[in-house]
Formats: sequence, C-alpha cells, structure tokens
Amino acid sequence: MQITRTTEIMVGLFVAAGIVAIFFMAMQVSNLGGLNDKEGYKVTARFENSGGLKVKSPVTVAGVRVGRVASIHFDNETYESVVEITIASEFNTLPTDSSAGIYTAGLLGEQYIGLEPGGDEEFLKGGDEIQLTQSALVLEEIIGQFLFSKAEGE
Amino acid sequence: MVEKVQQLGQFTLEIFEKLGRSTFFLWHTLTGMMEVLARPRLIIAQLHSVGVRTVLIIIVSGLFIGMVLGLQGYTTLSDFGAEQSLGVMVAASLVRELGPVVTGLLFAGRAGSALTAEIGLMKATEQLSGMEMMAVDPVRRIITPRFLAGFISMPLLAALFSMVGVLGGHLVGVGLLGVDDGAYWSQMQAKIDFNEDILNGIIKSVVFGFIATWIALFEGYDAIPTSEGVSRATTNTVVISSLAILGVDFILTALMFGDI
Amino acid sequence: MTEAVANSKDVLVSVSDLSFSRGSKMIFDGISMEIERGKVTAIMGPSGTGKTTLLKLIGGQLYPQKGIVTIDGQVVHQLNHKGLYKLRKRLGLLFQSGALLTDMTVFENVAFPLREHTELSESMIRSLVLMKLQAVGLRGARDLMPNELSGGMARRVALARAIALDPMMIMYDEPFTGQDPISMGVLVQLIRLLNDALGLTSIIVSHDVQETCAIADYIYLVSGGKVVGRGTPDELRHSDSEWVQQFMNGFADGPVPFHYSARDYADDLVATE
Repeated sequence: MQITRTTEIMVGLFVAAGIVAIFFMAMQVSNLGGLNDKEGYKVTARFENSGGLKVKSPVTVAGVRVGRVASIHFDNETYESVVEITIASEFNTLPTDSSAGIYTAGLLGEQYIGLEPGGDEEFLKGGDEIQLTQSALVLEEIIGQFLFSKAEGE
Repeated sequence: MVEKVQQLGQFTLEIFEKLGRSTFFLWHTLTGMMEVLARPRLIIAQLHSVGVRTVLIIIVSGLFIGMVLGLQGYTTLSDFGAEQSLGVMVAASLVRELGPVVTGLLFAGRAGSALTAEIGLMKATEQLSGMEMMAVDPVRRIITPRFLAGFISMPLLAALFSMVGVLGGHLVGVGLLGVDDGAYWSQMQAKIDFNEDILNGIIKSVVFGFIATWIALFEGYDAIPTSEGVSRATTNTVVISSLAILGVDFILTALMFGDI
Repeated sequence: MTEAVANSKDVLVSVSDLSFSRGSKMIFDGISMEIERGKVTAIMGPSGTGKTTLLKLIGGQLYPQKGIVTIDGQVVHQLNHKGLYKLRKRLGLLFQSGALLTDMTVFENVAFPLREHTELSESMIRSLVLMKLQAVGLRGARDLMPNELSGGMARRVALARAIALDPMMIMYDEPFTGQDPISMGVLVQLIRLLNDALGLTSIIVSHDVQETCAIADYIYLVSGGKVVGRGTPDELRHSDSEWVQQFMNGFADGPVPFHYSARDYADDLVATE
C-alpha cells in the first residue's frame, strides 16, 4: 500500500481539525475556559426554602460568577435545605459574615445564589457555614401576600 | 403451524449464530491490535479513506443542522423572550445528542457502507483467501487497521460536526436574527459543562464509532461472496448500524443524563 | 515417466481417506492421493467435483470431517494457527482469478509477501521483485494496476507473487480456464519451466485435458468424491475405463449422462401440473 505525501498531509489536516474542534468545544462552548469547579473551597448555607435552585446553579458576588452549587439536600431535623457551594479558590477574601440569598435572573429565568459581602475581618474558608441566608422568593407566595394585603387594605 | 414455529426457531438460531461469529471476529480483530500499532502507515492509509473522505459530508450537514437549530430555536425561544439562551440550546442539542448521533448515522452511511463493500469485494475476488494462503492473516492485515481508523475517526468527526453546528447556529442566530453575540457565547459557556456534556458526547461518539465500524467490517467479512451478497451486506450495514446507534444512544443517554 | 510408480517414492503431500461435505452434500468420500516431490501432478475432473475445495483442504483453509493431509511430514489440520501460517509461507496457491490486491500496482503485489514476511531492504526487495517479474515476462508491466491487466497477465503476476518467497510447492487452481491460445501456451510453458528450474512441486487442478496432459507427470481423475482414475497421461489415454475414456476424449454421452437426472421424458411431457 503506497501512501503518497498528499494522503499523509490530508490525514494530518483531518486529525488536526478534529483536535481543534475538541479544543473549541472545551474552551469556547463549555465552562472549561472559565471556572474550574474542582479547584475551590466548599461552604454550606441553610435555607428555609431553596426554591428552584439546582446543582450547578451559579453563585455570584456583585453579579460576577464566583462558583457553583455543588449539592443540595434536605436536613431531616431542622427541615431546612442544606446547600453546598463551591467557590473558586481565587475568591478567598469573602468575610465570614457575608449573607447568601436566592434570586431569580429575570422574571422567568433560572435561580442563582447571590452573596452579599459583610464587614468581618476574617474570611470564609472550606467547611464554613454562611449564617445569614435569605430564602428563594416563591412567586405564588408573593402573589398570595399581595392579594391578601390588598384585601385587607379595602 | 409447526412449520411457522420451526422457521421462527431457525431464524432465532441464525441470529445467535451471527452474533457469536461477529464476537469471535471482533476478538480476532482486537488481538491483532499490537501488530498493527507497530505499523502506523497501515492506519494512516485507512484514516484517509475512512476519515478524510467523510469530512465534507460531516461539515456540510453540521452547518445546515446548526443553522436550522438556530432558526427553530429562535422562533420558540423568542415567544418566551429568552432568545439569549439560543446558544445554550444549540450547543446542548449538538454536543449531547445530535453531534454523536447524526455523525454516527452519516458515518455508517458514508464510511460504513464503503468498508463493507470493499471487504465484501475483496472476499468475492478471493483477495482475502489469497492473503491467507500467503500466510498473511487477512483479519489483522486488512480488518484491524480499518477498525482502528474508524474508532479514531468517529470522535474527531463528531467534534467537527458539533463545532460547525455551533458556528452555523451563530451564523443564523447572531448574524441574521440579531441575538446578542456576547449572550450567545456566555450563556453557552455558563450552562455547558465540560465533563457532563462534552466528555459524555465524546464517549458516545467513540462508542458509536466502535459499533458502526465493527458492524461494517463484519458484514463485509461475512458477506456471501457474490455481487448480490455484497449488495445485501452493504444494505445490512447501513440498516443495522443505524438501528444499533439509535438504540445504544438511548441506553447511553439514560445512563449519562438520566438523573436530570 | 512410467517408472514413477516405483516403491521408493518421495512423497511431499499425502492425502489419505479424506472426507468432506458441505451441508448434506458429500464432496469427497474417502479420497486418497500422493503427490511426489519435484513432479507436476494434475488433479482433473468435471466441473463441480470440488477440485478447488481439495486445494483449500490441502492449504488448511477448510477442515475435513475425516482423514488426514500431510505436507512434508506435517499433519496440516493438527497444526495451530502459527504452525499453519509457517507452513503456508512455503506454499503458493494460484487462484483462478489471480486474487491480486486491487489497490496496489503489479510491483507492490509481488512485493507484498516479501514486505509482510521479511525485513529486507528496499533495494533488495526491488531486485527480487524485478527478478520474479522477469521470470514471468512482465517486468515491463510493474507500474500497472491489476484492473489494467488481461486475465492471462493477472495470472502471471499472481504466479510471480506466489514464487516470491521461493516456496517448495505451488498449487494452481484452473490455470487455463478462459485463456486465449497464446496466454494458455505461455502459462503451460511457465508452469513446467518454473517447476523444473526452481525445483518446485506443482499441483494443477484443471479440466483442460490437452494442456494438462502436455505438462503433467501424473494425473488423478476425480469424480463423485472419489478417485476414478490415476496414472501418467499415456496410461490414462489407453485406459480401459469407459469413464476415463469419456473424460479424456470429451464425449458428450457415456457413463456421465448427457441428461441431468429427471423422470421419463414422455411421462414429463404428458404430465399436467
């Protein structure tokens, strides 16, 4: 089987193009180009209601994404939702008294955790718990409250 | 009635017989791996006929599918005012599902059928037998390099397909319909996870490459050495590998993304 | 060559009591033959008697239900994969179609066994290939592709390929079928010449009586899964057997009936189905 130079070049181009495509998928399409979830520290936060929050939902400070939700489970004793979040290791200067809230991006958008930095001199580190939390707003509850207050006002 | 039952039994036995034969064949193919890896030129020649010649159809189909996804996705998403998510939608469909599956189907149609016809004709013209008599194992000399080439080509082709598709979606969504360029990419990057989505997509394409190449080579090797036999084997390749790819895709999707 | 049936025969291939059937169809029923070293032995018989099958049985591509084949003292069907392949390097089989690899030039086809089995340098391979091609008179056709060759040329290239590794024996499967008189003459001459010049042993499977008789030292006639006649060409020509006479002279009717077995002709005509 003779292999001409052209064949070799074509195969070389093909393999190179394939690798470029995989690289493109990794860097441009997926999150690999941005944050790496594996490198970071984990903190927990307890919410009365974590609403539509999901694993991998973003965690932001001042609108900038600093991490992701790692896991969500239910605490059998306190009936709270325990959310574990991974924060990238470069964001290591968040005060321990920072507060966490669950917000919605846009009216129908997905839910995310917003962190509000506090004023403490110590910083959050792996295994810490965020004490101040604000639960997710549930649309039905807000509408219910609104109607209730209207009815009372009249 | 008895005859019908007999026929059914016969048919079932034949299926198992074929499955058994193809498993032995696969084993024979794989055990020749080391010898072939020591002669990379054999693989390069096959990468050319299996991979390079399939690139064009993959790129053209990828582009069109990406553009259609952009158009359809935009129409649906704009009803909810969520055009910003177009990039996610296009990329997720391509990377998880359409990339590996459509590439697998096109691969079976383009490269698989060509492999079957080639091997079947080599068998019909006694080239395989001739090699055997020259003390050259035709499975290791002819089949194994083709198998490796198919196995290597599929993930590369699927990645090309997805990349071109994402760019095609961008072309329509951002270029024609006016979705914000930044939103297209940033939403995509925020939602598509490398391990979860891209790696799983690559695993799928590797599995499909394995299946499609195996079926194509076996059908050719097992073909009845007449023109009718080879033509039937070629049809079998396309039908069986397409069904196998779709079936296995369901199983893999259930395993990978089933909990979502 | 009448004294060939001496006691001290130097047998290279011996087939003894070999039976082979495909499905329910019996192809060989306890067939035995001995092929002498250095001779051209022909196996002849009507089409469809499984002569090609016999070559595949000797080459170890098919397995018999009963009986043994030994080549140079080795029992073919008891060898393992490695042993069989080692033996095959010393055998050449010339297929009816030539079985050239269609994606390679003539040169590369002849070089194929050398590249696969030896570690020779490129210049050494070139010299060897040109020598073999010269022997079959096709040195000038080295750059052609197999589909550019005529049937006779393809067979000669295949022959050059078969002798590339200097085998001890070559088996020819219907070498004369479908050849024009000139190519036929060339092949007849080549087979005899190569056999004597290279000290080969040749087995020819054929049904072309004239050509085969011209070069064979010994002939086996096979029909219905049995050996029905054996001897030198001369012995066969003067055989008493009616069957042998019919085959050697090509009579239309005889022990082998002209009509395929059917019910009575008159009955068949009046029958209404």
